[in-house]
Order: sequence, then structure tokens, then C-alpha cells
Amino acid sequence: MKIVVCIKQVPDTTEVKLDPVTGTLIRDGVPSIMNPDDKSGLELALELKDKFNAEVTVLTMGPMQAEAILREAFAMGVDRAILLTDRRFAGADTLATSNALAGAIKTLEYDLVIAGRQAIDGDTAQVGPQIAEHLDIPQVSYLQNLEYDGNKTFTIKKQTEDGYQIVEVDSPCLVTVLSTANNPRYMTVKGIMEAYDKEVEIWSADKIDVDEAKLGLKGSPTKVKKAFTKGVKSAGEVYEVDTEEAIGIIISKLTEKFII
Amino acid sequence: MDFNITKQEELFLQMIREFTEKEIKPIAAEIDEQERFPIETVEKMGKLGIMGIPVPKEFGGQGGTNQIYSMAVEEISRVCGTTGVVVSAHTSLCIAPILENGTIEQKQKYLPKLSSGEWIGAFGLTEPNAGTDAAMQQTFAEDAGDKWILNGSKIFITNAEYAHVYIVIAMTDKSQGTKGISAFIVEKGTPGFTIGKKEKKLGIRGSATCELIFENCEIPKENLLGRLGKGFSLAMKTLDGGRIGIAAQALGIAQGAMDETVKYTKERKQFGKAIAKFQNTQFQLADMETKVQASRLLVRSAAFKKDKGVPYSVDAAMAKLFAAETAMEVTTKAIQFHGGYGYTREYPVERMFRDAKITEIYEGTSEVQRMVISGNLLK
Repeated sequence: MKIVVCIKQVPDTTEVKLDPVTGTLIRDGVPSIMNPDDKSGLELALELKDKFNAEVTVLTMGPMQAEAILREAFAMGVDRAILLTDRRFAGADTLATSNALAGAIKTLEYDLVIAGRQAIDGDTAQVGPQIAEHLDIPQVSYLQNLEYDGNKTFTIKKQTEDGYQIVEVDSPCLVTVLSTANNPRYMTVKGIMEAYDKEVEIWSADKIDVDEAKLGLKGSPTKVKKAFTKGVKSAGEVYEVDTEEAIGIIISKLTEKFII
Repeated sequence: MDFNITKQEELFLQMIREFTEKEIKPIAAEIDEQERFPIETVEKMGKLGIMGIPVPKEFGGQGGTNQIYSMAVEEISRVCGTTGVVVSAHTSLCIAPILENGTIEQKQKYLPKLSSGEWIGAFGLTEPNAGTDAAMQQTFAEDAGDKWILNGSKIFITNAEYAHVYIVIAMTDKSQGTKGISAFIVEKGTPGFTIGKKEKKLGIRGSATCELIFENCEIPKENLLGRLGKGFSLAMKTLDGGRIGIAAQALGIAQGAMDETVKYTKERKQFGKAIAKFQNTQFQLADMETKVQASRLLVRSAAFKKDKGVPYSVDAAMAKLFAAETAMEVTTKAIQFHGGYGYTREYPVERMFRDAKITEIYEGTSEVQRMVISGNLLK
């Protein structure tokens, strides 16, 4: 089995600050990490490698610094790492990004494509599903668990808003994984010592199977009109009272607002 | 020496910090309180390769450097001094002498299992009457033709109850003084070898510190480690390397106390403002931080020389002396900044203070380090 895992380097913060003038992310001084959902996707692939001897390739698009997460992936145990980096990829929205990643995947052999559900910097959850559309393969999003029959079929537990679904899907297919699906393994010392002896393949736009007009800023229909930091909510009211009095206060507040 | 850390070191620090925060820090207070050996942590560390960092891959190790090993001990000790010494004694005092003095058969037999953490290592030199004056060995190994017969006892042995492999120093020829001392590999379960009483200690309470007792303990001839009569020098060289580990442990404890103190002084308000706003706090923190960073550079420098294969025993002595005394000073001040709260077990600085003291004592007291440093100066 051959698996391609799409991963992304993101700023390590849950409070990404925006430049109020330009509306862009302020990345200075914020360390970069592998996106948490993607890391769980990578763990899923490595578990399939452990059990079924799958060959795992990681793929990312980004500036040269994004190499760091590919080295980390090597230290966790992947076989091959590809970095898509080219000025022509710059300024991509989710559509142009998925076009580039799908263009690269088309040149590879694969039975399963794995992506994280969404990245903590953009929170769109669009890139994975779009890749599946470009590749014209079935997709299962919000994966919580996966079982493989060792042949062709995956049985997947898919999280929904109010429960879950169990679906079966044949390879080749794409899944998007939740960070709660597993606990990603640590890098090993040996993996770390060898991570820099391995080759990270650097691919430009020429190397992938996609029309150049669909890449980067040119291929991005999304335009950011305005970006702003969400206003802070007020602290609320605090009552230090006993339970019965508290229930009374809550009921009267809810009645006041016509909620009950 | 390059003051920038390498890319591998950067990746390693990312891994070990994540590991220590998630796996070691949450149980550090508990293993201290219960005087419990962190066996589950040893298993986890073994799987990741942390129990055999400087062992070459051909002997089942990780092919890492002493620099990365010292970073591991520092980062582990930053959250738990006990776990730091478990790794340090295992690696520096058991793996290293086998790696540096063992025959190919001994390396093949012991290093893979020690490196994977399946086996834990220990080292026995100290006796009731042979502490700093280590040449006063009473334990005796008699040459009985096809085997050695060991009699005597060792005290204060780290990892004792949980180890599988012990490096034991013993007299083989009393007439030869230090040249009549040899080193042996003794396995757990060898008839005549028992573990004696477990010490109740001030700090590093989760580490198992016990007596080793040998009563007509028969060990195979091939378990002599290094050459006959060279055991004293083997022990001294082993301790040179061990001092980098203990210096790194002391450094980690000091750094852990710094982290806690910086956080606390920003939170704790007195006289209407955070105590970090007082100049007394600021100046003392500056002095503490400077000493911690100076300790780190001494540790890095000693590990760098060991990796380069150049003499490092004075560097290791300086690193251990300075880092241990810094750990004691920084943890003392850390409690002072925490006030009454710092004296209780509600805050980790109380444990760090207790853990720091031993670093001035074991693997050569601070006085021994001064002897090594001045001895080299005045030779």
C-alpha cells in the first residue's frame, strides 16, 4: 500500500494576531509547528506502515522553511518527503493550494491520500476535500478511526455534529483526519540522527501535473476583503450564592431573554 | 566550538521537551512523594532511544552524540531530578564503560538491551570506607581458575533494585594498591549477589539507592571488564564522563527552578504589584540566569570535547562543580522568592531544592572537583 500524507507548517498559537492595517497574520516570534490535525493524519499513515508495511510519502507546499516539518516527519518514520516550493505557488487560496497538491499527487502512485481536517491558521477544512475532487476519488472527512481489511476496503468511523457514521470505502480514496483520532508518536532519537541524511525532494511548478493558471495568486478566486480580531466578550456576572438561589437566578435570566 | 545548536539538536530538543512535558512532569511530584522508581517512564524512554543515545547503531544504539545525551539529561532533570539521574547513571556509569572498555562479545551481549531500555544499568564503586578515597576498596575478587569469586559490599548504588547489569569495582591484588583494582560486569540474579537495604533520601527520592552484597558470588571469567589491574583507572575515567551527566542534571534542576520562579514572580502580587516589578527581584533573577547559562556553556564545552575525543576531565569537573553549586544557589533563591508557598509541596521548587543537593555530592563531591581542577593547574 502506498500512502500520501498532506501536511502543513503553521504558527504555533491558538491566538493568531492579525495586523489591523494589512489584515495578514503576524508570524514574527511565533514558532512554527506541524499542523495538529495533519500530525494525526501522519500517525494514521505510520500505523498502517507498522501493520501493513505501507510506504508513506509526506507532501507539503510552502516556503523553504517548511522543510522543518518534513525532517520531523522523517524522524517519526516516513519513507519519502516532497516540498512544493516555487514563487508561482505564492498567494494561493485553498483552491490554488489543492490544485498544486493534487497536481503533485497525480504524478505519484497512491492507494490512500490523507489530510488533516483543517489547519489551525486558516480553519477552512477545504483543501483535503478539494484534492479528492481534483483527483476524482471518493473522500471521507472528519475521520475518527480507520480499519483496513488488508486488501482494498477501509471501514471508517466518521465524526458528525451529533454522532458518528460508519462508512466503507475502497481505495484509492482520500480521508481527512481529526486530531482526536490518535496520539501522534514522538520522534525517535535514531530517526532524528538520520533525518538530515535523507533527501527532501524539492519540486517546482514544472514538476507537477497542473495548468499554471490554476496556481498561486492567479489561480485564487478568493479575495480577502477585511480581516479583524474578534471583539472581547464581557466577563459576565459572578454570583457567589448557594445552589438553589443560583438555579433561581439562572431561570429568571433565561426567562428575561425569552430563551425559556 | 560552535555555539549554534545543530539541526539534529534542535529537532531533538523539540522531541524531548514535548516528551518531558507530557510524560515526566505530570508524575514528578508523585514519584518523589511515594519514593517510587519511574519504571513506566524508563520503558517509554527506551522505545524512543533515550536510554542509549551515545551508543553506535551497530550495538543497537541511536548513534547520537554526548552533546545530545547531555541535553536529554538536562531537559529531563528540568522537570524531574529523579528521572534525570536514572538516565545518567544508566548511560554514563554502565553503558559508557562497556562501550569504552568492553570486548566485542561484551558489547554485543550487553549494549543492545541496555540501549533499548530492556535492561537498566548500574555502577558500584562506593563502599562504607571507600567514598572520596575510592582506592580503599574492601570488595575482593578472587581468581578461582575458571571464574571469579566476589566478596564484599557496595553502598549508595543508583538504580540498584531495578538494574540488570552492574559494573562492580573490586580489589584483585591487595599488594598492588590502586593497580590491584579491577572492574567486572555482574548480572542480576547471579548466585551470591543480593540487594541490601534501600536508602531513605532527602532528594531524588524516586531513584532506587541501595546496597549491593556479594557473598561468594561466582562470576564468569569473561566478565572482567577492561584489563586486570586497570579497574581504578577505568572507574576514574567513567566518573569523568559521569560528571557531564550530573552537571547536566544539576543544570536542568536549576533551569527548572528558574522557569518556576520567573512565572511565579510575574503572578505573585505584593504591595499592589507583581513582585517581578521590584528591582531586588530583577537583579537576583539576572544573577541566577547568568549562572545557569554559564553552567550550560561549561556542560556543552565538556560534552563537545568528549565527542571530539580530546581530554575533557578538567572541563567535566568544572562543569559539575559550577552547575551543582549553581543548582543549590538557584533552588535556594527560588524558594525564597516563593516565600511560605515555596516551602510547601504545593510548588515544585521545594522538590527541586531537595534534588539539587546531591549533585554537590555524588560522582565526586565539589571538593573532589576542586582537587581535579587544581591538580591539573599545579602539576
